[in-house]
Amino acid sequence: MSNPGEAETTYGRWPDDDRGRGRRRRDVQAAAARGLRRGREQLNELAERADRVDRGGYGFAGRQGRGRGDKGEGGERAVVPEATFTSYYGRPVVKASPWKADIPAYFFFGGVAAGSSLLGAGADLTDRPALRRVGRLGALAGISLSMGVLIHDLGRPSRFLNMQRVMKPTSPMSVGTWILSLYGPLAGLAAVSELVELSRYLPRALRGPARLLASAARPAGLAAALTAPAVASYTAVLLSDTATPTWHDAYPHLPFFFVGSAAAAAGGLAMIAAPVGEAGPGRRMGIGGVLAEFVVDQRMEAAMGLTAEPLHDGKAGLYLRIAKTLNVIGLAGAVLLGRRSRTASVISGSALLAGSACTRFGIFEAGQQSARDPKYTVVPQRERLDAREGTKG
Amino acid sequence: MSNRLFGPLDPAPDAGWQDAPARKGFLTDTSICIGCKACEVACKEWNAIPEDGLSLLGSSYDNTGSLGASTWRHVAFIEQPMASTRATRPSVPVDLGMPSVGLRDAPQDPTSEQATSAQATDAQATDAQATTGKADFRWLMSSDVCKHCTHAACLDVCPTGSLFRTEFGTVVVQDDICNGCGYCVPACPFGVIERRTDDAARVDGSGLRTIVNKVKRVDKVPEKRVRDKNVGIAQKCTLCYDRLSAGNTPACAQACPTQSIQFGDVDELRERAQVRMEQLHAQGVPEARLYGADPGDGIGGAGAMFLLLDEPEVYGLPPDPVVTTKDLAAMWRKAGLAALAMLGGAAVSFLGGRS
Ligand code: SF4
Ligand code: SF4
Repeated sequence: MSNPGEAETTYGRWPDDDRGRGRRRRDVQAAAARGLRRGREQLNELAERADRVDRGGYGFAGRQGRGRGDKGEGGERAVVPEATFTSYYGRPVVKASPWKADIPAYFFFGGVAAGSSLLGAGADLTDRPALRRVGRLGALAGISLSMGVLIHDLGRPSRFLNMQRVMKPTSPMSVGTWILSLYGPLAGLAAVSELVELSRYLPRALRGPARLLASAARPAGLAAALTAPAVASYTAVLLSDTATPTWHDAYPHLPFFFVGSAAAAAGGLAMIAAPVGEAGPGRRMGIGGVLAEFVVDQRMEAAMGLTAEPLHDGKAGLYLRIAKTLNVIGLAGAVLLGRRSRTASVISGSALLAGSACTRFGIFEAGQQSARDPKYTVVPQRERLDAREGTKG
Repeated sequence: MSNRLFGPLDPAPDAGWQDAPARKGFLTDTSICIGCKACEVACKEWNAIPEDGLSLLGSSYDNTGSLGASTWRHVAFIEQPMASTRATRPSVPVDLGMPSVGLRDAPQDPTSEQATSAQATDAQATDAQATTGKADFRWLMSSDVCKHCTHAACLDVCPTGSLFRTEFGTVVVQDDICNGCGYCVPACPFGVIERRTDDAARVDGSGLRTIVNKVKRVDKVPEKRVRDKNVGIAQKCTLCYDRLSAGNTPACAQACPTQSIQFGDVDELRERAQVRMEQLHAQGVPEARLYGADPGDGIGGAGAMFLLLDEPEVYGLPPDPVVTTKDLAAMWRKAGLAALAMLGGAAVSFLGGRS
């Protein structure tokens, strides 16, 4: 393995080669110098990584190390021994998704929409007009924003409709698009009738269509509510059906975690926007959602092992810690004060909404981090392979 | 019923091709790779892949980094002091009579280290007929490529049908259909496929084209941002679908001067790989092993298999890849249960008092 410092001197020579004359040569040299600068930065990074190797955290190409580090060199220093393993210059094995903030935002908005549809339909059936309005309008807003960011995330947004070329059960994104194209119009229909109802002074010519809309609102809202849970839970499959270690390993629990988060968000929205007297179901949904999240989170991490680590590290860890804090605040507010004070209701509702958003960003980032570090790909696979070869003899 | 998301099968007929030709693939025998990168160049040339950075990565002679949207063949270089390799190796690489210096005794001076490395190539592991003497250093080189998996996660998850299974059993992106959703990127267990970004095709940075333009003194012309037509679209090796359709050999295999990259029918390549491995074992290279050649593995066997001289992760390959869709049925079941739970939870929220 070449020492980065040495490599620098070695590479440092080539711009001096006589590669041209005058201006041409200067240009080439300038470009080479730029390349060199970049190279140097990368070398520094490499040196840092080499440092980590010395601590036993990473194996480089050609370095050997096995298992969870109990035999590792880092054993004496770290309290919890770090995993040692071999990798190719510490580079990732799998690729992190190219997705940006759009995708966690998409999950969040989709969750708000799904939960809101359920609240809207329930309120419709139990005669809570204000909550019904919040639910239906929240669903439309959520699903519109959700579609917006989904399209924005595409490499070629103009080709969004290519999603509808095929119907593929093996592709959660395909299934999801079809679920959304079923759910979206239903939620939209229910919401538009609310808008029409809000504008009392309709021109005479529009009154007929408005009545028609109003009569379609209930069936549409109910149908939307029946498809809504799928909107909230399929996004977990979308993440898990990848080679991203943390997302994939979370698959038995992630859908439950996500519907919990969706319920918390929609409950939060209802607590903000509906009067206290009608917001009861929203409050209970929010409380239930947060509690479900807490329970599922425990089980999920226990089942995951090594790949649960990114949930506590770096940006992902920060997001999830903030999410937990917000959830606790929201939960306490909803349980203790939600019934009594509108102000407290708005504050704890906002905490629940924000908590859900942070949860989505946290889970998203955790996966990205797990893909960028070869440890989470190599170590579990190596253990699996060694165990299998061990039993084979 | 055989699970079509997992286990051995012949992918082209499974995808609905009738009278499909024999499945085509690669065998990359890294024991005879000399690291010339002819495959990388041939691939770039034939497929008109844009430049993707001219950085020095500080990783031996590998300045390509990894497979990606604009790198469909990637030659890995591993400089390996023998002390750090596994003790399973009874015989170490041998001196071919070239002026080579053992690293341990060598003065730790950068230039001599490089010189040593260069000579150590010649003494690569396979030269069993070689003479005496011991080097305590070896160089591993391997040309990586898309595995054209029997069960390809990228293809499974593609929501547009852009990725498809060809009649040759390979996996190809249709760039006029892909909408750049990016799903295939995290799905691939080998980190092969990638969405092409704008800066990969930059003309205003420090890329080669800029330098060439400046040299040609065309820099006075206002710079036009030439957009590669596949920016924003997932890109990877096509196993030269165009060449195959015309009965030709893929560009990389054609260019490889040592036949480290062999092209052919997958069934036959599997046999050839086995024979070659046994031959190497007999010649005292016990660490020779096959990768991706077993139809019973986690991806149903690769169309592009490898003969490696160390563990896969040393080359940046996952040691035990499993197609993620193997668990898809279970995932959908869980999602269904979660959806029901949510519906139930919502109903419960409406029980109880009116507040
Ligand atoms: S190696 Fe990756 S990109 Fe290639 S076929 Fe397999 S899953 Fe697809
Ligand atoms: S990026 Fe293109 S090829 Fe990849 S999954 Fe999306 S549509 Fe398919």
